[in-house]
Amino acid sequence: MPLKSSWRGAIRCGRLGLAALVIMSAPLSLSAQKNSCVDCHLGMDDALKAPAEGFNADVHKQFGLSCQDCHGGNPAQDDVELAKDRSFKGSPERAKIPEFCGSCHSNSEYMRRFNPNLRVDQLVLYWTSQHGQLLKKGDTSGAVCTDCHGVHGIQPASFPKSQVFPWNIPQTCGRCHSSADTMKAYGISIKQVDDYKQSVHARALFEKKDLSAPVCNDCHGNHGAAPPEISSIAFVCRQCHPSAGDLFSKSPHKEAFDSLGISECEACHGNHRISPPSDELLAGGKQDVCVQCHEAGTEAHRTGLQIRKQIDDFVSSSEAAKSLLAAAERKGVEVSEAQFKLQDAKTALVLARNLTHGLSLPEIEANLGAGGKVLAEVKVRGEAALSEAKFRRSGLIIATAFIILLAAALYLKIRDLKGSAKHEG
Amino acid sequence: MKRRAFINLFLGGSLLGTVISFLYPVIRYLIPPRQSEAAAKTIVAAKVGELAPNSARLFRFGSSAAILIHTSDGELRAFSATCTHLTCTVNYEGDTGTLFCPCHNGRFDLAGNVLSGPPPKPLEAYEVELSGGDIYVSRKT
Amino acid sequence: MSKWQEKVEAYLEPRFQLSAIRNFANKKKVPEHRHSFWYFFGGICLFLFIIQVLTGVLLLLYYTPSVDTAHESVQFIMSQVKFGWLIRSVHSWTANILVGVLFIHMFSTFFLKAYRPPRELTWITGFLLLVLFLAFGFSGYLLPWNELSFFATRVGTDIAGVIPFVGKALKTFILGGQEVSDATLTRFFWLHVAVLPAIAILIMGIHIILVQTLGMSKPIGVGETKEISFFPEFILKDALGWLIILAVVGAVCVFLPWEAGPKADPFASTPLGIKPEWYFTFMFTTLKLVPAHIFTIEGEILAVLGFMLGGLLLMLVPFLDRGAAREKRSPIFSAVGLAVVLYIVVMTALTYLAPNIGK
Repeated sequence: MPLKSSWRGAIRCGRLGLAALVIMSAPLSLSAQKNSCVDCHLGMDDALKAPAEGFNADVHKQFGLSCQDCHGGNPAQDDVELAKDRSFKGSPERAKIPEFCGSCHSNSEYMRRFNPNLRVDQLVLYWTSQHGQLLKKGDTSGAVCTDCHGVHGIQPASFPKSQVFPWNIPQTCGRCHSSADTMKAYGISIKQVDDYKQSVHARALFEKKDLSAPVCNDCHGNHGAAPPEISSIAFVCRQCHPSAGDLFSKSPHKEAFDSLGISECEACHGNHRISPPSDELLAGGKQDVCVQCHEAGTEAHRTGLQIRKQIDDFVSSSEAAKSLLAAAERKGVEVSEAQFKLQDAKTALVLARNLTHGLSLPEIEANLGAGGKVLAEVKVRGEAALSEAKFRRSGLIIATAFIILLAAALYLKIRDLKGSAKHEG
Repeated sequence: MKRRAFINLFLGGSLLGTVISFLYPVIRYLIPPRQSEAAAKTIVAAKVGELAPNSARLFRFGSSAAILIHTSDGELRAFSATCTHLTCTVNYEGDTGTLFCPCHNGRFDLAGNVLSGPPPKPLEAYEVELSGGDIYVSRKT
Repeated sequence: MSKWQEKVEAYLEPRFQLSAIRNFANKKKVPEHRHSFWYFFGGICLFLFIIQVLTGVLLLLYYTPSVDTAHESVQFIMSQVKFGWLIRSVHSWTANILVGVLFIHMFSTFFLKAYRPPRELTWITGFLLLVLFLAFGFSGYLLPWNELSFFATRVGTDIAGVIPFVGKALKTFILGGQEVSDATLTRFFWLHVAVLPAIAILIMGIHIILVQTLGMSKPIGVGETKEISFFPEFILKDALGWLIILAVVGAVCVFLPWEAGPKADPFASTPLGIKPEWYFTFMFTTLKLVPAHIFTIEGEILAVLGFMLGGLLLMLVPFLDRGAAREKRSPIFSAVGLAVVLYIVVMTALTYLAPNIGK
C-alpha cells in the first residue's frame, strides 16, 4: 500500500535529518564521546532510567546508533533545555510508533548501510495486518512495533533473548491475546496460547528445541499478522506437511471440503491445539473425526472402518512381534538385528497412517502388506531367538546333570578312598 | 573290588560326559560363523551393476539405515539415510536428483547438504570403493 | 586297565623321572580341623584363573582391540558366534566371582594368621596377586568399549592422576595419552592379554610352590589334628568344589548373560550414577565422602594416599604382627582386620543403597 504524500514528506525530512545526525554523531559514537542523554537518564528513577539502562544491550547500539538517532536532540549538551533542541522529537505517541520505526526501517537506501539483507517491507505488511487495521481506525489497543520487539534493548530476532525468538513468541503474543481484559472488546478467544502450549508443535519447540516447529507467526504471518482464511489454511499447513496435503488433494475430500467451504486440515486436526495424531482420530475411534460429516453405517464410514481395521491389525501384529523380541531378550538372547528390522515395519506404519489422508483403501493395504512381510520376518527371527533360549536351557540342564553325576562319582570315590585308607592305616 | 570298579567306571563315564558337554560348545565356537566379521567399519552394499543409474538402494550399516545412490552421471555415493530432523528414513527422488524425507519435506542434495525444510544438519557422507565387482561402503575416517 | 597304566609309567619314568614328585605327592598330608574348610579357597582361585585363561584365549579369536571395532566384535561374539554368548558371559561373570573369592581367600588367611613365619613370602606374593588381579579387572573392563567401561576408566584414571608427584605421569602412561582413547584401548589390551598374565603366572608359580613346599598352615592354638592325604583325597575334594562352582557359573550365564551395552561415545556427557565395578566401589564411595580439604591438603589426595598406605601395611603384616610370629594370639590385628572387612562391606553397600551421598 503506497504511503500518503505527507508521510513521504515526513520521511524525506526525517531521512535528511537522520543523515545529518548520523554524520554529526559519527565522530561522537566513534570516539565514544559524552552522551548527556544517557548520563542524565541514568541518574533518574524507574521509568526514566530504564531506557538508558536497557539500551546497552540494544542491537541499534551495536550499529553505532544512539538516543538522538531516533529521538533527536543534542547529546553533547549537558543543559537539558539545550539538549532538547529543535531536532528533539521526544517519545512518539503510540499511534505514531509504526511510522516512527518505519522512518528508517522502510528506507532501503538507509538500511542498506547497516544490514543489506534486512527486509524493508515491515511497515507495508503491518498496515495489512489486523493490528495495523485497528490502528488505522484509530484504535491504539492493537499491537505496535514496540509491543512485540521491545523498545530500548531490542534484540535481533535470531537471538534467543529476543522477544521474537521462536520460543519466546507465544509469550509475546500471549501478553495481549491471553488477556481477558484486552481481548474483551474484540470478542476474540484468549485460549490460543494455552491451546498451542499443549500441541505437538509446542512440544517439538520447547522440549525437543526444534526451531523448525511452527509458532504463531509461521501460520499467521509476521508483520502482516492475520488469521489465515479458510481457503488458505491448507496451504499454510502444507508448508511443512506436503505429503499429507498432496494425498488429501487427490482424495474425494478435497472437492467436498472446497464446495462446503470447510477448512482442510483444521477440520480434523484443530488449529492451535494440534495434538499428535493418534489412531483414535480414525473412523470408529474415540475421537472419530469422520462422524462430523459421515453418519455411522454409511458407505463412506464403513470404508473408514476398513481402513482403521487394517491399521489396527498391523499395530497389533507389530506389538506382538515387539513383545516376542522382548521375551527373547529377557531370556538372554541377542536380538538387535531383528529389532533393527522392526524399524522397517515402524516406517511402513508411519507411511500408512499418512496414507489415510488419501482415503485409498487399496493403497493402504498394499503398503501394510509390504510391512506385513517385514513383520513375518521379524516373527521368524523372534521365534528362532526363543528356541535358542530353550536350547541354551536344555544345554545347561544336560551339562549340569553330567556335573552332578561327576560330583556324585567323586564323592563316592572320596568315601571309598577314606574307607580303604582306614583299612590300610 | 566290584564296588571299586563300579565307582571308577562311574567316575570315568561322568567325567567323559562332562568333558564332552564342555568341549562341544568350544568346538562349535571355534568353527567360523557364516557372517565372516563384525559389521561396522566396511560393508558390501551391493554388487557392481545391481543398481541402475539415477536410482538408489537402502541398506543397513552398523545399527542404522544408509543409502547407496547411483547418480545419473554414473557416480556412486553413499550417505546415512537417517534424516537429521526427526530420524525418518530418506528416499532418493530420481526426477529432482535429491534425497527427500517424506515426513516434513526435508530435502538434501547429493553432497548431503540441506537444500530446504527443517533438517538442521547435513547427512553424514560415507566413502564408496569398488573392489572386484563389489561396492564397499565405509565410514569416513 | 592297570597293566596299561604300568606300561605308560614304565615309559615315562626314565624320561621324566617324576618319581620324586610322585613320592612327595603321595606322602603329603593336609590337616583337617574346624577351619580347614578355608583351605579350599586358594584352589578355587586357581581354578577360576584357569577358566579365565581358557575363555580369554577363546575370546581372543574374535575380539579386535580398536575403537572402531571393539564393541562391534563383542556384539558379534554375543550374537553371531556359536556359544559366543556363553564364552563371553563366563569370562565376565568369572572375573567378578574370582575377585570376590580372592578377597575371601585373603581375609581367611589373614584371620587364620597363615602369614606368620615361615609363610611371609606366600602372603606377600598373594598380596601382589591381588593387586595384579584388580589390574586385570580394571584393564579388562575397558575392552568391550561400552559406555560404562569408558566412563569407569576415565573416573578411575582421574583418581590415579591425583597421586602427588607421580600421578600425572602415571595417568599419561596408563592412558597412552591425555585422555581415554584408541591408545588406551590398545594399551589396556596389551596389559590384559600379555603383561599381566606373564607376571601373574610367574608370581602364582612362586606362590603355589611355596604352598606346596610349606604345606598348609594350622591356626594358632590348634594342636594335633587329623590329617588327610593331599593326593588323592584333598585333590578330589578340591575338584568337587570346583565342579559346584562350574555348575553355578553355567547357570548364571544362561539366565543372566552379560550385556554388550551401548557403544562408548567420548563426546557424550558422563552418565548419571556412573560407578566402577563393585570391587572398586568401596574406594570410590570413600572418595565421594571424604571432605574436600583436610588441613589444607585436598581430601582426595589424602584418601588415595591412605589407601596406598593401607595396602602397604597389609602387605607387610607378617613383619608387623610380632605376636603371631611367636605363635601367640594377636587380637589387635584380628580386630583391625575385622574393622577393614566391615569398612569394605559398608562402603560397598552404601554405593548401591545410597548412590547420591557425597555429591
